[in-house]
Amino acid sequence: MMTNPTGRITQGQFSFLPELSDAEITLQIEYGLKKGYAWSIEYTDDPHPRNTYWEMFGMPMFDLRDAAGVLMELNNCRKSFPQHYMRLVAFDSTRNIESIAMSFIVNRPAHEPGFALERQESRGRTLRYSVRSYVSDRPEGERANGKA
Amino acid sequence: MDTGTETRLDAPTAIKDAKKRYRAGVLKYRQMGYWEPDYVPKATDTVCLFRITPQEGVDPVEAAAAVAGESSTATWTVVWTDRLTACDSYRAKAFKVEPVPNNPGQYFAWVAYDIILFEEGSIANMTASLIGNVFSFKPLKAARLEDIQIPVAYVKTFKGPPTGLIVERERLDKFGRPLLGATTKPKLGLSGRNYGRVIYEGLKGGLDFMKDDENINSQPFMHWRDRFLYVMDAVNKASAATGEVKGSYLNVTAGTMEDMYERAEFAKELGSVIVMIDLIVGWTCIQSMSNWARRNDMILHLHRAGHGTYTRQKSHGVSFRVIAKWLRLAGVDHMHAGTAVGKLEGDPLTVQGYYNVCRDSFTKQDLPRGVYFDQDWCDLKKVMPVASGGIHAGQMHQLLDLFGDDVCLQFGGGTIGHPGGIQAGAVANRVALEAMVKARNEGLDIRTQGPEILRKAARFCSPLQQALDTWGEITFNYTPTDASDYVPTAAVAH
Repeated sequence: MMTNPTGRITQGQFSFLPELSDAEITLQIEYGLKKGYAWSIEYTDDPHPRNTYWEMFGMPMFDLRDAAGVLMELNNCRKSFPQHYMRLVAFDSTRNIESIAMSFIVNRPAHEPGFALERQESRGRTLRYSVRSYVSDRPEGERANGKA
Repeated sequence: MDTGTETRLDAPTAIKDAKKRYRAGVLKYRQMGYWEPDYVPKATDTVCLFRITPQEGVDPVEAAAAVAGESSTATWTVVWTDRLTACDSYRAKAFKVEPVPNNPGQYFAWVAYDIILFEEGSIANMTASLIGNVFSFKPLKAARLEDIQIPVAYVKTFKGPPTGLIVERERLDKFGRPLLGATTKPKLGLSGRNYGRVIYEGLKGGLDFMKDDENINSQPFMHWRDRFLYVMDAVNKASAATGEVKGSYLNVTAGTMEDMYERAEFAKELGSVIVMIDLIVGWTCIQSMSNWARRNDMILHLHRAGHGTYTRQKSHGVSFRVIAKWLRLAGVDHMHAGTAVGKLEGDPLTVQGYYNVCRDSFTKQDLPRGVYFDQDWCDLKKVMPVASGGIHAGQMHQLLDLFGDDVCLQFGGGTIGHPGGIQAGAVANRVALEAMVKARNEGLDIRTQGPEILRKAARFCSPLQQALDTWGEITFNYTPTDASDYVPTAAVAH
């Protein structure tokens, strides 16, 4: 793909780096736990940038303070949804934050078709833009199957 | 010889007898009630700290009282009309004067202002009072508004940032790392189409934001509508290429308020997530634009254009930390606040003080960082500080160490000047940043190991290697003009 030579969506904290190993992921989890964050795992077959709500793999793990446990849950998610995008999300409930403190991708489908840019002419030289993910052209059941 | 610089026990005190006090004639300010050494500020008072340099022979207490008087109710002579008011309560009270350490002739003066003096929700009004008159006062050689404590009762009359740091991150879906931007260069001269090219390359390469420079408005070489059209095409194209939310700060600064609204509306129509204004549009305009931004789901970036004319010299002007407080109240989402290690003025600790003003829920007194007062922000949204000016990928460890994650790092020249092109410049910055954040989270000491972390990352990223080769040695080591009085002054060294 000309516009994205690596063919990867670059969402999340570490998408410009080589894929994190499980050991590296564990270090990130530990950092979040030290800061008092709650980890959760989310997955999706549609990585559109405005798709805020990925599916939750279980509840946020507020009481799981052990990195190995979080990693175990992550690997369970990978087993169940191997061709889905997956991210680890750390939540900070401090007053005036109450939002996500860390978020990085930990699983990708084998094939990332990316997005089309749709241009809709409007008045003058104005265009209305829309980003459309190619995977959403297919019904849900036929998206995350690892096929092009 | 009496130099008048010491406060003597028999120095004039406030005249309490009303008939004497309001007899026509000239009294010293300290006689008129503007000096009250045992005054305890109320929770609803605004307290200002002025750094004053009285003229030779002027008693510092009298100078402080004059500052209090001329920034509240006084004039140079007694007026009977004072007696038509509850003047005792309206008078600002200078209540403490101390010499500035190591600066003979300079004094800190604390002045308290009753809340009735200020209009709710109006920075224009607060500034008109506090800095509108006093700074031209002849008996003062120089004066600086060093810091201000704003009571919660007054903070609560402001809406504050329209979006705020947290919601901005949620809109961009970017967490856990600084944001990355770049200002399009050259500062002036590009046409709309060429400008859009720079935007596309920078965003596609990996930056989150691009930015108009402060003096890009609508000049003969590029009409603003053309810029907006081409920029938004570039932004959307880059967004589709990367799957990320991207933006470019479209500068809507213009000659009149009406023109600014027109430009902002067009930015909204084209789907921009963010617009920018320059500080020189003024406090009233900033508040109006803030309200507009809130109504239109727009992030509001502010470039602090022009502040250096009055913030930089310690002896005279207004400290940027006061400007930052006013800006947070007036309501901006981004504020240029300094880089410490870049090409523009900023001692590291002082700059950290500004960042704390932007980002804290409760800013604590911190003298080495130049923060003289506690400031309760009363749950007002947080401002994203922006570091922009002469920084490059080779300084990523310093920037992350100094400022943490909640900052927008802008590398204009440091992206566009990359030998491999703009995209390569953007890739270099993004890889350097992500590698540094990852390493810091892993527990490495980035302050000392930063250069090694960058070199390691450069092994899999040749644009980063090129960036380090081109700029690795560039530093801007000058003695700061405005460092805290409470730590030794030093330039930033590696």
